[in-house]
Amino acid sequence: MLKNITGSKAVILSLLEEGVDTIFGYPGGAIIPIYDALYDFKEKVNHILARHEQGAIHAAEGYAKVTGKAGVCFATSGPGATNLITGIADAMMDSVPMVCITGQVASPSLGTDAFQESDVVGISMPVTKWNYQITNGDEIPGIIAKAFYIAQSGRPGPVLLDISKDAQTHILKEFEYKKCHQIRSYLPEHQINNKRIDDAVKLINEAKRPLLLVGQGVIISHAEKELKDFLEKTGIPAAWTLLGLSALPSDHPLNFGMLGMHGNYGPNILTNKTDLLIAVGMRFDDRVTGQVSSYAPQAKKIHLEIDPSEINKIIKVDVPILGDAKKSLSLLTEKVKPNKHTKWLEKFRQCDKTEYDTVISKDIHPEKGKITMGETVRIVSEKTHQEAIMVTDVGQQQMIAARYSKFNNSRSCVTSGGLGTMGYGIPAALGAQLAAPDRTVVAFIGDGGFQMTLQELGTIVEHKLPVKIILLNNDFLGMVRQWQELFFEKRYSFTELQNPDFVMISEGFGMKSSRVSKRENLESSIQKMIDYPGPYMLEVKVEQEEDVFPMVPSGACVSEIMLTKENKDLKN
Amino acid sequence: MKQEYIITIFSENNIGLLNRITINFTRRKINIESLTVSQSAISGISKFIIVVNETEERVKRLVAQLDKIVDVLKTFYHTSENMIFAEIAMYKISTELIYGNDELGEIVRNSGAQIDEITKDFIIIEKSGLKKETQDLFNKLNKFGVMQFVRSGRVAVTRDRIERLSEFLKTRDNELEKLN
Repeated sequence: MLKNITGSKAVILSLLEEGVDTIFGYPGGAIIPIYDALYDFKEKVNHILARHEQGAIHAAEGYAKVTGKAGVCFATSGPGATNLITGIADAMMDSVPMVCITGQVASPSLGTDAFQESDVVGISMPVTKWNYQITNGDEIPGIIAKAFYIAQSGRPGPVLLDISKDAQTHILKEFEYKKCHQIRSYLPEHQINNKRIDDAVKLINEAKRPLLLVGQGVIISHAEKELKDFLEKTGIPAAWTLLGLSALPSDHPLNFGMLGMHGNYGPNILTNKTDLLIAVGMRFDDRVTGQVSSYAPQAKKIHLEIDPSEINKIIKVDVPILGDAKKSLSLLTEKVKPNKHTKWLEKFRQCDKTEYDTVISKDIHPEKGKITMGETVRIVSEKTHQEAIMVTDVGQQQMIAARYSKFNNSRSCVTSGGLGTMGYGIPAALGAQLAAPDRTVVAFIGDGGFQMTLQELGTIVEHKLPVKIILLNNDFLGMVRQWQELFFEKRYSFTELQNPDFVMISEGFGMKSSRVSKRENLESSIQKMIDYPGPYMLEVKVEQEEDVFPMVPSGACVSEIMLTKENKDLKN
Repeated sequence: MKQEYIITIFSENNIGLLNRITINFTRRKINIESLTVSQSAISGISKFIIVVNETEERVKRLVAQLDKIVDVLKTFYHTSENMIFAEIAMYKISTELIYGNDELGEIVRNSGAQIDEITKDFIIIEKSGLKKETQDLFNKLNKFGVMQFVRSGRVAVTRDRIERLSEFLKTRDNELEKLN
């Protein structure tokens, strides 16, 4: 047992006890004592100095998504802490485990409008799973243990600890770290109800046209194998939400693609033909369901979910199964009858063919016109042999990347789903690369999002992280422009961007960069980027007014999916 | 259909929890008609009683969100029929007014209210009961002028024999045990 150590040292030692080896952060007045303690542990902890707190927190998110462990982020009081809020809200929406530690003014100054004081506990309350202000240094080890337990258990989420400066300098007479395993008021996971399993098995065995929806819960609970076993035994087709991407290998014969607004044709249109939906670790986001009242009204529904508040939140289900997806899936697999669903699968293949002929082929193998986002994504995916981690920003490039990237491995997609945070991509790629130093990390970023967090190019270069950034530049805020084109009579209100010389900017940060605008040079440019041993930014000048299709217009029924803008109602 | 629901929240006694609870109402634009926080029969555990006017559907979802708060042990919701409840109201009236007015004296005497304090300037009376009862008294007194009026939040207990939380705590202990 250590004796007479400062609160700050207790913070660092507690983090080490939790196995933390990477911290993303930005120092400032109210957190100097913690940074001072960190100075003695530089060998054990890799601290990444971001260029803005928003960069630090998105990097921590990227790190957490790839490792499954809590991302750790430091910031100072006041503006430092408020700059974290967007990232914390993003992590809350996407169930990302995070432990954020902010400095706070000394406790006697609380509530006096002291320099760089802000009510961070109050501000972050709606977007944290839990938060707490420490003003008594003796509480540090216990509260940090609790923070990690809460952030990483059950449905994960962000936790924020606000530590006053006097707590940081306080002397703890004794320091002993005990991990937290239980909190009376908090049940992270329910025991699986066997009766519900039997009810579900009955529905599954009777179903003629079932469809399984893969959510991020599969990845969070490490249930990739259990999912595959279940699908292969039952022969049920599967489709994924954006965050469920990569849980099931892209080439798996039962993987029929993405759900929702820019998802694939089959999964959307056939949602309203199924007789059974099996939702696993997903929350029926409006981007998935479209109009709720017309979402699969004919189908029975089973929902495997860890968070009780998600049951019947949007869609009423017949059989809710509360608990961990890994356990529920293996219980189901044990009891269900083997099946093939040959005819039903054929319907999906027909839809795939329709979509390929009308949309995909001209997206990924265009013969004329400017370079498309789709072909760029296809080539990157091919050249990285489907082994890369794909990071995206938000917007058209995100949807195209999700549609056309292919994956062999889970935890390969890092994207901002629920909150849709532009500026997420560059810092998240940095965090993803630190989490998986041996994997190729490619980040697809639009010209809008690039300019929101481009300062983190400096961080990437400083740490020689070999991130490959593909800037898909159409000189537009493309997704908003697409909506303006389709639904606002092409009134392009403030969506055209006057862009800087991106290659010059990246090179200014010391990042190897190049630009490609001709199709004949695209493959070789991508190859050059991938072969380059360090960080690289490739700007691809793409078609300016390319649209992402298919599309379920906002608030429309999933079966009203548009394949092209000319053919608004190719319904079957 | 909207109707009155009483939401009972049992929680740890932590700073900031009230805020964490109320933001769930604010975010969904649900008005809090009345709110009371006190100790429960189980030591260390606080009890929030919150009255809302909402549809059962929305109350159910709200309760699920409240239950998700880490420091909340358990949330229940009831219609008024399933609970015994009351509120306390206090009224401050000018002494001069009462002495000169038989009708007012009559109202006070028949109201079942108790007199807390009499000074030469004012009289304070107190009445507990349903909101309708304390409101009726206010309306009657206010014809003559009420100097100050205040009504507490609702206090309520269920018609069950013991605090429902005791049963809950037993199950919770079992569940936590199995988890480890």
